[in-house]
Amino acid sequence: MSVSQTQFHDALLDSSTSVPIGLSDGRGQPAGARFSVYRNNVAVSLTEALEVSFPAILSLIGHENFKKTAGLFLRQHPPKNPMIMVYGDEFPSFLEDFEPLQHIAYLPDVARLEQALRESYHAADADAVAPNELAILPQEALAASKLILAPSLRLVRSRWPIHAIWSYALDRSSAKPKNQGQDVLITRPAYDPEGRVLPPGASLFVANILEGKTLGDAYEKAMHDAPEFDLTGLLTMLLDTSSIIEIQTQD
Amino acid sequence: MLDSSIPFPTLPPAPGVGYKPQHFQDILGDARPVEWLEVHAENYMGEGGRPLAQLRHLAERFAISVHGVGLSIGGEGRLDPDHLARLKHLCGWLNPASFSEHLAWSTHDSHFLNDLLPLPYTSETLQRVADHIDEVQESIGRRMLLENPSSYLAFEESTYSETDFLSEVTRRTGCGLLLDVNNVFVSCTNLELDPRAYIDAFPIDKVGEIHLGGHDEDEDDHGAPLLIDSHGREVADPVWSLLDHLLERSGPRPLLIEWDANIPPWSELAAEAARAAKALERVPA
Ligand SMILES: [Fe+2]
Repeated sequence: MSVSQTQFHDALLDSSTSVPIGLSDGRGQPAGARFSVYRNNVAVSLTEALEVSFPAILSLIGHENFKKTAGLFLRQHPPKNPMIMVYGDEFPSFLEDFEPLQHIAYLPDVARLEQALRESYHAADADAVAPNELAILPQEALAASKLILAPSLRLVRSRWPIHAIWSYALDRSSAKPKNQGQDVLITRPAYDPEGRVLPPGASLFVANILEGKTLGDAYEKAMHDAPEFDLTGLLTMLLDTSSIIEIQTQD
Repeated sequence: MLDSSIPFPTLPPAPGVGYKPQHFQDILGDARPVEWLEVHAENYMGEGGRPLAQLRHLAERFAISVHGVGLSIGGEGRLDPDHLARLKHLCGWLNPASFSEHLAWSTHDSHFLNDLLPLPYTSETLQRVADHIDEVQESIGRRMLLENPSSYLAFEESTYSETDFLSEVTRRTGCGLLLDVNNVFVSCTNLELDPRAYIDAFPIDKVGEIHLGGHDEDEDDHGAPLLIDSHGREVADPVWSLLDHLLERSGPRPLLIEWDANIPPWSELAAEAARAAKALERVPA
């Protein structure tokens, strides 16, 4: 009796499926529970991969809930490639639709923050512009220019206090989250991603820069919504964190 | 079959360890007696950041073995061209001393299952494995090593022994072999085979690297011993004896300690490597 990999695969992911016939224990008996070693390896290793990538979610819902949630997730969304360190791109949206956890409404956005941190960690290296490169541009040229931000930079905007929740989940001595949305900018000056909360104007500005708007356009949009927006402060921070890798001037 | 001018992998016949990022500083401080490092290919297929920076740094001082866990060489489907391209890119910039993969499958219908799954040993699977190895070797332009798996069950349809199967794969493709002594012990215990006879039947001249790792002990539902290849502890004593038996036949070869779960402090891993160094010293070159 030959066992196809389709049969093997299906029985691995669905433990209600019986063990394929044609597998033995080497002693003339059917393989039986020995098949569970493989079932177990798949479920445990993928759950561990998710735990490594989403430690705040693990802390927030606890080990047992995480294991159950991961067990369902990995069967619906097995990895699509062998780069296990980036497994779970669909985990935040899975949490959004996952009924048993829907009462924790901020969970998907906290997962998005963790996913963004992970992406930042593995993103390409890029040399930043020198800090004086912005300063030497005349005002008009500056307004018409576009900023190219580092590949490791991410912006996660949320109506939940995701940065505070994330910090609190990983370190219970952190300040208790207040009920206010937070937009988090992730930068990676060297190899360690850093998250910081941006005020609304700064967040809107960065979002527009990421969309490819000119510095002048992004500034106007930010000022329109948030007149207190501090452009100099934000640009200084972006330069200090090696977040600007190119200034494209209009010639 | 690969062009015979393409050389065999060139790791030193000395102890190496599987590299773990938490040991980076220890290794740069004093790695003795470890002379080379093995990394899992997939962990270094990101775009940048710390993993690649560390690997570049280590590669300046140590011979590196790239060990793949995701190519699915034993898979029924074709090799994932994207994954093969990533591997080619990694081997291109790193120029490792060796590349190895497993006699196993892990991908089916674009699902990667993150485990080394077993295959039956038949003329059909032999041809498939050989074709996949030809494709890999052609793509990366080097000879690879193929590792014997840990088995928890057997396929009734198999018509080859594992050692005959591997011998035939090397004959058809020109690849070398990675002989994991712990896997031999685990499989032979689980399937009631004689591990020394397995070693004696192994095509020893093709062995470019030896693996040693720890296993866990369990039982199946009939109370028969079931060993699990966990890589989460020291190498067991009977595995060290089996290594001695192998080294008597083979002479010194590159010898790696794998420790992937419950990762110990560097000193403990270095102590295992020291035990490997002693085993190598006992045999004449
Ligand atoms: Fe191994």
